[in-house]
Amino acid sequence: MSENQTGKGLLGWIDARFPLTKMYEEHLSKYYAPKNFNFWYFFGSLALLVLVIQIVTGIFLTMHYKPDGDMAFASVEYIMRDVDWGWLIRYLHSTGASAFFIVVYLHMFRALIYGSYQKPRELIWLFGMFIFLALMAEAFMGYLLPWGQMSYWGAQVIISLFGAIPWVGDELTLWIRGDFVISDATLNRFFALHVVAVPLVLLMLVVMHILALHEVGSNNPDGVEIKKNKDENGIPLDGIPFHPYYTVKDIVGTVVFLIFFSVVVFFMPEMGGYFLEHANFVPANQFKTPEHIAPVWYFTPFYAILRAIPDKLTGVIAMFAAIAVLFFMPWIDRGKVKSVRYRSGAFKLLLVVLVVSFIGLGYLGALPATETRTMFARLFSIGYFGFFVGLWWISKNETTKTVPERVQ
Amino acid sequence: MSSEVDNSRRRFLTAGTVVVGAVGTVMVAVPFLKSWSPSARAKTAGAPVEANIGKLAPGQQIIVKWRGKPVWVVRRDAKALATLSKVVDELRDVDSNESLQPDYAKNEHRSRKPEFLIIEGICTHLGCSPTYRPEITTDFQGGFFCPCHGSKFDFAGRVYSGVPAPTNLTVPPHYFVSDDVLLIGEDGVA
Repeated sequence: MSENQTGKGLLGWIDARFPLTKMYEEHLSKYYAPKNFNFWYFFGSLALLVLVIQIVTGIFLTMHYKPDGDMAFASVEYIMRDVDWGWLIRYLHSTGASAFFIVVYLHMFRALIYGSYQKPRELIWLFGMFIFLALMAEAFMGYLLPWGQMSYWGAQVIISLFGAIPWVGDELTLWIRGDFVISDATLNRFFALHVVAVPLVLLMLVVMHILALHEVGSNNPDGVEIKKNKDENGIPLDGIPFHPYYTVKDIVGTVVFLIFFSVVVFFMPEMGGYFLEHANFVPANQFKTPEHIAPVWYFTPFYAILRAIPDKLTGVIAMFAAIAVLFFMPWIDRGKVKSVRYRSGAFKLLLVVLVVSFIGLGYLGALPATETRTMFARLFSIGYFGFFVGLWWISKNETTKTVPERVQ
Repeated sequence: MSSEVDNSRRRFLTAGTVVVGAVGTVMVAVPFLKSWSPSARAKTAGAPVEANIGKLAPGQQIIVKWRGKPVWVVRRDAKALATLSKVVDELRDVDSNESLQPDYAKNEHRSRKPEFLIIEGICTHLGCSPTYRPEITTDFQGGFFCPCHGSKFDFAGRVYSGVPAPTNLTVPPHYFVSDDVLLIGEDGVA
């Protein structure tokens, strides 16, 4: 308290009552991040930016949207046609959803290549994975709200997944829907969860993610702990204050991102049916399933795994396992070297397998299933899970290059 | 007041508070969780519905809404009925042992009258609504095909083996009030 009272003026008055300067210093002006951040380090701050875009546009959409089975579809069209700038707000929100996943997938890939999930950053990774989970729930429930054909049948398929659980499955799906089929009751509760419950959870998780990050400090492309080499003042030799250095760097990332984002919003908001699916421009019809059902692109890799397996329960288990296995990354990787720069050729090969499998699955999951495609989906599923098995296998006694003492 | 701390008493009170608090939390959670169950209104909407089948021609299908679900009424012609015994080897559960149907529909044609199939049009895989494919070809003996994940069913809603749907389509309770009127949602008198 005594040191806080030394401050003068309004700031001194506040600091004696609230740790404003302390927080500013801890998280910005005296948070020392490694000096060698590269392109891959844009995506954390970009994810935060997209979160803000989604919250702001989402709040304005709720002002015109009606969560009612009879009115929802029309209210979205009303936003698009009659509300001043409504089309822009909705396209920002729908493009933001896809942008969120692009940014988050790249952010996660960064963690994989530089070993950012390894000790001592296991909790950062876990909080991040819970954010990913909450984000998928948020996106799934948000997609029901326009009440189009794909909203309706997509939700029908995903909720039915829980029906595969032995004994309680049917009761559980009935409870989630609140009716014998997807109906107004389902739409209304998804609306509540999408606009209130999940965003609160997301925000809380993001705060925990960042607090955990600032507690242990950021990893970097060399995978070197900068806290091992400090100057006489206890400041890491290879660290630079987040503000102004990285705030300025992130502004560049933000500008470039917003250019791409605007191109999509203004010129291709449907992205050829990948961001907004064509079937969703038809109102929900519970008697007619569209000829071809596919989830939005960011779910297709997992959907392809589900479809690759001819048994319902096993398929559902495999799909959830594909997400669950990521949680265990810090313990699957038994290696001590973090960055791909100093890891073995086997590790690099596994990364290639993962990327090819994931993109392959994502591509196949968006297409109708044929026998050839199912065969490829099975191959890619093996590749996807093979990454984790292979990593566990090779990382115990991996031949690595010497990791430098300091950031290069 | 004694300066001695009675640790066992303190532990007992702490444990007691935790247990009572936990029980209270669980009890408070019940109303919130139960509020997600189908409401009284949703349940009454599950009342039986009538369908007029007097004008249904052989080979035709009509869709009736019951409990918000599509229920198909198909009048099978002789050719369709003849396929039922031909496809036996390709089916997963020929005798409908694992699927849901009233006892009077647990037979080869899965209905009260061989001519009429009354069945819920919801795929047992992931709840899509399959499409009616009455054409009999060399590849497919006709029946129903689910566009979502490629599940196939015969003219009695019995699932083929090697497709993702685990069981035959569900037959809802139904009975014929007269030759022309069908009631879906009640067993009636046999």
